[in-house]
Amino acid sequence: MNWLVVAPILLPLLGAILAALLGRRRRLARAVVVATCLLMTASAVALLAEVWQGGMVVMAVGDWMAPFGIVLAADHLSAVLTVITGITGLAVAIYAIADVDRLREARGYHALFLVLLTGVNGAFLTGDLFNLYVWFEVMLIASFGMVALGRTRAELDGAVRYLMLNIVATLMFLMAIALLFGSTGTLNLAHLHLVVSSGEAEGAVFAAGLLLAVAFGMKAAVFPLFFWLPASYHTPAFAVSAVFAGLLTKVGVYALIRVFTLVFAGQESFVQTLFWPVAAATMVVGVLGAASQTEIRRILSFHIVSQIGYMLVGLALLTPVAVTAAVFYLIHHIVVKANLFLVAGVIHRYCRTNDLARTGGLVGRAPWLAVLFLVPALSLAGIPPLSGFWAKLLVVKASLDAADLAMAAIALVVGLFTVFSMIKIWNEAFWKAPPEGAVEGTASARDIRILCAPISMLAVLTICVGLGAGPALDLAERASAELLDPVGYAQTVLGGWERLAVADPVGGPQ
Amino acid sequence: MEPYLAVAIGLVVAAAVYLMTDRHMVRMLFGVALLGTAVNLVVFVSGDVLQGLPPLIASDAAAPDGEVANALPQALVLTAIVIGFGLFSFALALVFKTAQRFGTADIDQLGAAEPMKTDGPANGSRPTDGAEQERAA
Repeated sequence: MNWLVVAPILLPLLGAILAALLGRRRRLARAVVVATCLLMTASAVALLAEVWQGGMVVMAVGDWMAPFGIVLAADHLSAVLTVITGITGLAVAIYAIADVDRLREARGYHALFLVLLTGVNGAFLTGDLFNLYVWFEVMLIASFGMVALGRTRAELDGAVRYLMLNIVATLMFLMAIALLFGSTGTLNLAHLHLVVSSGEAEGAVFAAGLLLAVAFGMKAAVFPLFFWLPASYHTPAFAVSAVFAGLLTKVGVYALIRVFTLVFAGQESFVQTLFWPVAAATMVVGVLGAASQTEIRRILSFHIVSQIGYMLVGLALLTPVAVTAAVFYLIHHIVVKANLFLVAGVIHRYCRTNDLARTGGLVGRAPWLAVLFLVPALSLAGIPPLSGFWAKLLVVKASLDAADLAMAAIALVVGLFTVFSMIKIWNEAFWKAPPEGAVEGTASARDIRILCAPISMLAVLTICVGLGAGPALDLAERASAELLDPVGYAQTVLGGWERLAVADPVGGPQ
Repeated sequence: MEPYLAVAIGLVVAAAVYLMTDRHMVRMLFGVALLGTAVNLVVFVSGDVLQGLPPLIASDAAAPDGEVANALPQALVLTAIVIGFGLFSFALALVFKTAQRFGTADIDQLGAAEPMKTDGPANGSRPTDGAEQERAA
């Protein structure tokens, strides 16, 4: 048993129970949430350090060895994602102190938030397909609760759209699990890899692959399955939409990367033909959608979609550089996008609206906020030396290395449009004079300080990743090397049991 | 057994899809619940359907004697049923609240999150924030 692997899941779960018990004692509940996020980050960093030094860490839950029991497996990708989850969680937890109101807190915001983080970390760390389904559900039920917390019309409407589509997506996931189990007799990801790649893959396996692509693609908001995201991400409290924007779609991307580099490792052409058009279309459609919007959070929501396309280039090309780019992009994007949603919340505080037609003059009223906006915005657009520049550079380099000029061109043009969108927000919210009849929001200095602390923290992180891109790149390269070595993953997870896989599928149909 | 179950699953999925295309939120939800049932059946069939072969081991044996049913799909289905029940209850409560708030269960008449006109984008930072005025506008 290695408790480091299970700590990032266990800590927020315990914190959630504690926060739920505290109920209306808001101050205590807030303290519990912040403390839990701190501990979680610390444990995730310890896990990453261990993985960095000694390679993958595997834990058989209840000492039932894989492939019979459920395993938790942390490789570089999983470990670094739990660290980022911890940091983002911490930032949002601090932000929420000033952003989430009494009513939402009384309705269980704190407990739901920690349950959400439990689900996210669980999804990152599990090595079992059905267990992944369970973590997805944990995440979903918490996010359903969080979307609808305020019970305003907009929130309820957004929640209904979010809920219906996400339930259908999880049902597809479950169907895929059934098909895979039916044709391979196992649910362990490592074991699945060995069974699927050992023989002639049957039709059912490809059907399951397509269902998984649709199910995870819907969560990740890829073209053409993204419509629920811009319809619902701009309605809940800012803290809620920030954690959604940062983490939830990225769990979908993680699941896509994990499943299609591990289980379907032998079917490169299947994966590439599936994801090339998806990646390209997602980038283009997302950024064009953003161009037509005038509400800050809706613009940012469409940019989530567009950026997901960049991450999928990793699966579209499947070269080491491309997968490195995808991993780097994931890390960069979680931090930057969560931060932009947090900034949107502060803009809302100042202008009482996020509609760009009615905002303005913030560069005079809050110059430091302008700086705090520019860091993630320029990073998202890919301006050097911020983290987004390296992420985009890697994607373009991967495309050029693979002699895929079309993908490189799309990535560059979409980057240009991203700059356009960020400049639009800058011009309308910060630079132009406030429009006539604009309402000035009243925000207490204390609130603004609390709101801006986590924003500054994430901005500093963005700058650090940009300036110190070397170590981050090392990490991404190691993660990509592991992802492209599914046999190594399988051997580490299964220990001595991998001989079972090829010779005699366990428990499967004859 | 499998062919019959396959046809039955197909019929249930067809009914579910028909219901999900409805504009009434409760019918949509019934469609989703029905789809969940169909998927549970798929999971159930995935482990081969055998009759009268319980997966039991004699107390002094290390392995079952002869052919037994696969116990795992049943455990999976149980988990899925419990999760599905939880999701369905929450969804029902959400739909009820939404219908109460909007005075209609017609999904096409909601439109508060995605207003057709761009003059009043929804912002839900505060529960009292603008949502009522927006509807009135």
